[in-house]
Amino acid sequence: MRLRTLTALTGALALSLVTGCAKGGSTGASANTVTYWLWDANQLPAYQACAKGFEKENPGLRVKITQLGWSDYWTKLTAGFIAGTQPDVFTDHIQKFGQFADLKVLEPVDDLGIKDSDYQPGLAASWIGQDGHRYGAPKDWDTVALFYNEKMAQEAGLAADELNDLSWNPKDGGTFEKTIAHLTVDRNGKRGDEPGFDKNNVKVYGLATQGGGFGDGQTQWSPFTGSAGWSYTDKARWGTNYQYGSKTFQSVIKWYFGLAKKGYMAPFSDYNIQSNQGNTQIAAGKAAAVFDGAWMISTYTGFKGKDIKTALAPVGPTGKRATMMNGLADSISKGSKNKEDARKWVAYLASDACQTVVGKYGVVFPATPAGTEAAVAAYKKKGIDVSAFTDPVADKKNFRTFSYPITNYAADVTALMQPEMEAIYGQGKPVSSLEETNDQINLILGQ
Amino acid sequence: MTVASSSPPSRVPLRGVEGTETKPKVGKAREHVGRGDGALAALFIAPAMLGFLVFLLWPTLRGIWLSFTRFNLLTPAEWVGLDNYVRMVNDPIFWDSLTVTVEYVVINIGVQTVVALAIAVLLQRLTQSAVLRGLVLTPYLMSNVVAGLVWLWILDTQLGIGNEIITALGADRIPFLADETWAIPTIALINVWRHVGYTALLLFAGLQAIPSYLYEAAKVDGASEWRMFWRITMPLLRPVLAVVLIMTVIGSFQVFDTVAVTTAGGPANATNVLQYYIYGSAFGRFQFGYASAMSVALLVVLSAITVLQYRLTRAGQTDLG
Repeated sequence: MRLRTLTALTGALALSLVTGCAKGGSTGASANTVTYWLWDANQLPAYQACAKGFEKENPGLRVKITQLGWSDYWTKLTAGFIAGTQPDVFTDHIQKFGQFADLKVLEPVDDLGIKDSDYQPGLAASWIGQDGHRYGAPKDWDTVALFYNEKMAQEAGLAADELNDLSWNPKDGGTFEKTIAHLTVDRNGKRGDEPGFDKNNVKVYGLATQGGGFGDGQTQWSPFTGSAGWSYTDKARWGTNYQYGSKTFQSVIKWYFGLAKKGYMAPFSDYNIQSNQGNTQIAAGKAAAVFDGAWMISTYTGFKGKDIKTALAPVGPTGKRATMMNGLADSISKGSKNKEDARKWVAYLASDACQTVVGKYGVVFPATPAGTEAAVAAYKKKGIDVSAFTDPVADKKNFRTFSYPITNYAADVTALMQPEMEAIYGQGKPVSSLEETNDQINLILGQ
Repeated sequence: MTVASSSPPSRVPLRGVEGTETKPKVGKAREHVGRGDGALAALFIAPAMLGFLVFLLWPTLRGIWLSFTRFNLLTPAEWVGLDNYVRMVNDPIFWDSLTVTVEYVVINIGVQTVVALAIAVLLQRLTQSAVLRGLVLTPYLMSNVVAGLVWLWILDTQLGIGNEIITALGADRIPFLADETWAIPTIALINVWRHVGYTALLLFAGLQAIPSYLYEAAKVDGASEWRMFWRITMPLLRPVLAVVLIMTVIGSFQVFDTVAVTTAGGPANATNVLQYYIYGSAFGRFQFGYASAMSVALLVVLSAITVLQYRLTRAGQTDLG
């Protein structure tokens, strides 16, 4: 009798294990629900409002939004693709686009009728794959500018106009380097450009560290490499050759990380991606200025007791200022079981109707001009001047905008460039070593 | 019913083993274990066996097979023969990460074993307090990720309270987790902090098995504590110490979470331990074939070390005559 009970129990246990695994496969998706993922918690309320509008227009349909932090987001998404538990629609980043296209996990959205002219320049084109199909609908955009502590600038005798009128070059750093040096203060109160400045005992750095910058340097060196006329690859999109070995790139990188050697920029050892990014250093009063992206505006302006203002990226050797202009998109998973409704939701997300609603929250610049306008107005209402981010998009004469590098094998490029840049920044590895790393990268791309 | 009724005869001697006999004849009892018990035994083993087959044996075999393929998880695996192994042998990052891992293991196990042994002996010889024993274990109650995060904040170069104290004492800040020479020792010591109590308790359990009359006899003979440690404690603790070492070395080679939380393999690959490199290759770069090949290499290394340790420490024998 006991044995039978045991047999039954074991059988039941085994059965529950098997069925348990099978059940784990569903994400609660039903025929009338579209699942949607995003990573930015600041934007969650905006998209919830957008979903309400969608549900009103499409009675019977529901949107279920899930927000996950940046790292978990990609891990979970990858796991979802494998296990078949991916969301129907998700926020996509150019950095991952090449890899997802390789893995064939994205559904083409050519039939949505996305037109370049409906969005800020360049945003729609970024989401066309090498096969000529569209895999994403433009959602928002961001640029990079200089955030600075207004009080520290005033104490250094620097006015907003001066900070907006800086220029740099890789030889002597120009007025930008002078300004950063002047904003630097050592333990004895001496500024970076004063005699007797102690670079080994700096109290406030002119420029915060944002780390080595992987292979994109978005908020580190890209405003400089961009305004020196350098480009990541031989072609704007889907290039087959990276150009990290070029003399121009080497000279800019040498100068940029050299700021740390002079004591004007915080050393690499002060940086930690978890505990001490640029914004933390500004919040802690350890640095006076930092390059950061438009997605961080509400973070910086939200620091209590600190007035953080923004300035344009400096003019480079080309005579232009430069910033990366990156845009996110909404993509549909190839494995989605509800593609029809997913298409409707993506079309709605890419429409003025949704993007103006999102814009009104003043947390991100939506991709449509009307959405951008709504966002600018919302920021203005909060008393935040965002022209340092919007000017580069509006004024093509004085600004160069470039997109995030998009090629195959993006993850491999990052895996090689991250330690390379960290070694140059942190260990003083010569910049000439970039040539070898670049060769390795191009070898992978040529496979 | 029929199966159940056939078992009692064989249970009788077993009961004798558990009973009052001072010298149980285990060998004799074993002879009585009939075929009827075989089925029952199989049934008891079944859940564990199912787990072993599904979660260990099958993934291992599949992993070995995958190491001979190019596989991105989403499209079918493609047989590439020894390509992954050739790449591994020629991959400087692989050898780097192996070196870094060994460096970590040596510091981690070296410090941990000495400190744990000291704590265990002190617990045994000096105090009977259960509270103290509990206290020793407290860091182990914290998850690795939480421990890693807490230490990350304490040791942050610019903002950490640890470095605030160091500068208050007049010394320069130390980039514990951001400098290539400091990072591995720091991570190794964070994990010593977390695991030392647990290891000490395992050793403490081993010490309890050493008969106290040996110490009493040694005391009568005028032996010092130091002499007793080397002549009684160490030789008799050896089998337990060996098992503890094998377990902790295997665990140490698999370090991952602390690295993932504190340094993410940086700076400049200085803490890119093997497990982290394997993880990055698989889940970051979708090179599951290559990651499997490196996992097989890790399996071989661990097996070799375990066999070697087992032999060198004679873990299967005791000196308690």
